[in-house]
Amino acid sequence: MEEFAALIDALVYTRSRNEKLRLIAEYLRATPDPDRGWALAALSDGLDFPAVKSSTIRILLKDRVDPVLWTLSRDFVGDTAETASLLWPTPDTPPAPPSVSETVELLSAMNRKTVLEELPKLLDRLDSSGRYALLKLATGGMRIGVSSRLAKTAFAQAFDVRVDQVEEYWHGLAPPYAELFAWAAEGADPPDIDNLPTFRPFMLAHPLEETVVDLKDYAAEWKWDGIRVQLVRAGQGQNAETRLFSRSGDDISATFPELLEVLPMNAVLDGELLVRGSTQGGEAGGAASFNALQQRLGRKTVSKKMLAEYPAFVRLYDALLLEGEDLRELPWTERRGRLEALAPRLPASHFDISSIVEAADFEHLAEIREGSREDAIEGLMLKRKDSPYIAGRRVGYWYKWKRDPLLVDCVLMYAQRGSGKRSSFFSDYTFGCWDGDPDKGADLLPVGKAYSGFTDEELKKIDRHVRQNTINRFGPVRETEKTLVFEVAFDSVHESKRHKSGLAMRFPRIHRIRWDKPPHEADRIESLRALIAD
Amino acid sequence: MAAPFSWIKPEPHGIYVEPADCWIDPSRPVDKALVTHGHADHARGGHGETIATPETLAIMDLRYNTREGAVPVEYGETIRLKGGVDATYVPAGHVLGSAQILLEHAGERVVVTGDYKRREDPTCPPFEVVPCDIFITEATFGLPVFCHPPIEEEMAKLLDRLAAHPDRCVLVGAYALGKAQRVIAELRRAGHHQPIYLHGAMEKMCRLYEEHGVDLGELRLVADHSKDDMRGHIVVCPPSALNDRWSRRLPDPITAMASGWMRIRQRARQRNVELPLVISDHADWGELTRTIREVDAHENWITHGREDALLRWCQLHQRRARALALVGYDDEDD
Repeated sequence: MEEFAALIDALVYTRSRNEKLRLIAEYLRATPDPDRGWALAALSDGLDFPAVKSSTIRILLKDRVDPVLWTLSRDFVGDTAETASLLWPTPDTPPAPPSVSETVELLSAMNRKTVLEELPKLLDRLDSSGRYALLKLATGGMRIGVSSRLAKTAFAQAFDVRVDQVEEYWHGLAPPYAELFAWAAEGADPPDIDNLPTFRPFMLAHPLEETVVDLKDYAAEWKWDGIRVQLVRAGQGQNAETRLFSRSGDDISATFPELLEVLPMNAVLDGELLVRGSTQGGEAGGAASFNALQQRLGRKTVSKKMLAEYPAFVRLYDALLLEGEDLRELPWTERRGRLEALAPRLPASHFDISSIVEAADFEHLAEIREGSREDAIEGLMLKRKDSPYIAGRRVGYWYKWKRDPLLVDCVLMYAQRGSGKRSSFFSDYTFGCWDGDPDKGADLLPVGKAYSGFTDEELKKIDRHVRQNTINRFGPVRETEKTLVFEVAFDSVHESKRHKSGLAMRFPRIHRIRWDKPPHEADRIESLRALIAD
Repeated sequence: MAAPFSWIKPEPHGIYVEPADCWIDPSRPVDKALVTHGHADHARGGHGETIATPETLAIMDLRYNTREGAVPVEYGETIRLKGGVDATYVPAGHVLGSAQILLEHAGERVVVTGDYKRREDPTCPPFEVVPCDIFITEATFGLPVFCHPPIEEEMAKLLDRLAAHPDRCVLVGAYALGKAQRVIAELRRAGHHQPIYLHGAMEKMCRLYEEHGVDLGELRLVADHSKDDMRGHIVVCPPSALNDRWSRRLPDPITAMASGWMRIRQRARQRNVELPLVISDHADWGELTRTIREVDAHENWITHGREDALLRWCQLHQRRARALALVGYDDEDD
């Protein structure tokens, strides 16, 4: 565990991507199986130990440190694992530290009851850095500036194999990835994933911004406002199995059981998950707002009522694999042709194909995009007609062209300390609009929360503003003087019972900080309400 | 008779000593100021009269040209102020010239610590415990997560990294008054006798330390040397220069920072620090709580920093305490 802890610390303090790759690659080469496999899992997708939660750490620490001092420390440090690693009392004669594998074994064996006795024993065997690494590993998600992709690239670099091959095998395998190391490090046969319903990495798009494309080379599609999914069916006869994956590769099959029995052939399909309705693109669009889909997301079990009220379907964009054939090398036009040919064989109850948006030229397309707000569609996608399906975001192939955001002037009301890179900075802002005429004594009502859209320099300035204008403290939250106006950009606004204002914004972010604007000139609730789309 | 301790008044801009009509570490110009030490947030220019140790006055003179109205007081010396108030300056162990101020009036004793630490420091005499009725303490690192490691460990980390990269330099960000000179003096104590290169902004303060008898070994200015001269050497600069264009003249610098905040990983990351050195001139949590116990005052007043947590500790240990809301103290650079 010492080497792993040292690696984590080195990664925390390293800025250079190449240096991070070198550090991880060196560790993977020097460390024996299965320690390195567990470490790779921790660095990439993260390991899951259901018994160990952030709350477990809090409970353990509040038994050993005064609860008030714990809370103050946690708020200041901005990270539960780090706070705990700093506050945990090191025993006078600590027992020998465990290996990574032993740690994983012990953590896996814990349950909700035993964890309160067993986790302290592990913590006692480690120093402060080791405790940090342990707690990060145990609660999943290291958050140390290493993406899953970077970890896989480091693996590829360590053993001189291609990273797209690593990606391809990755989702068919499980930690500690014995087959992957056997293949890359020892020259064994590559892992066999053809008959497994595994996730294939998505092809992603760049924002179009100022780029202008020629519609001879590019096709346009609607950018539907649902969630991007991959539907995979693999295996033969009785063993055939269908799974649904989210954009990040999470298996969300259990949340949408109605999609697991309807794909009649083996395939890997790319599409948008939507709920039936008439908000997006009207009756012809056939899809409800994102708000409706949201009722279905994140549920582990689904009631019959939910299934009936919010029926889900997949609007298909692309086909990666079809009945044993890999289509990814083919140009988009050919894949599109295969997808259209496939359509009659798919049940219309659960599938349709995202239509192509026809436009005479780019300017015409821009006009069409202007109208997409009325249709409650997010915008357009532009896809190069000869583009193969390549994992990740490749310049020049696919572009997303979202409609322009809506803007509203709001007043800062509350600020909360951020975490991670922004710990100790007040970086999460709750802002409000006037519930009437501010000059006649109207109050502000909170309408949203944002923590992005500003530069590090601006963050420092707002942080200073918050510290100097605090009028109330609620734990990590400060209430400020209602003096600072934010121009807030957002994609859409909906009715919501969760907020006192009755409104909820989608993707709110700080567009501009209006140091110059007097707060009573900020917008009123009624002007925000007028922008409701559904 | 006046109520006990009514003669000492914490105000937003400093601590006011009423019978003597003077302020301690005021954050705006006043007629008469008692200054604990030379850091900018405690020592401001523009006062009519400034009473401080000779070292602190020399530092203030260097920074603000404030020879006018300077009244020196040696450590251990007591001066009589107006209204029957006596002030005694006692070492605080924070930086060169730093003092606690003991105020006595009508049989009541109040100690204002300014900033202080309890660790050994080759650049200034150690903190002395002064028994008193009211102890006014700082709380910069007043959270139990702050525990500054022995400085020898941090020096070893620095020298190991330097030895591992003979083609690069290690650029150490350190506050220009106190931290920089302490780091250099500690490097000398650890047996590092190579020349150390300085950012221009550090030179005068280092010379001032040398004039006051602190041996810093051979110091060179970055501006006078080529990139190649500095390979395998230590360069010291103010924290603000760490990520500045200025550092482009250095040979592939490894960015280090000497500060108590480096104990928190994310703090180091926020400053793009690759080699965090946990070195502070402030008391850590252990030192703060130990000092409150040792001074054993009737009441503790907590000025600036993480006062909530220290207040809580006092509550838990049945010690009377209150937090003062002073403005203008800035602790970010330590």
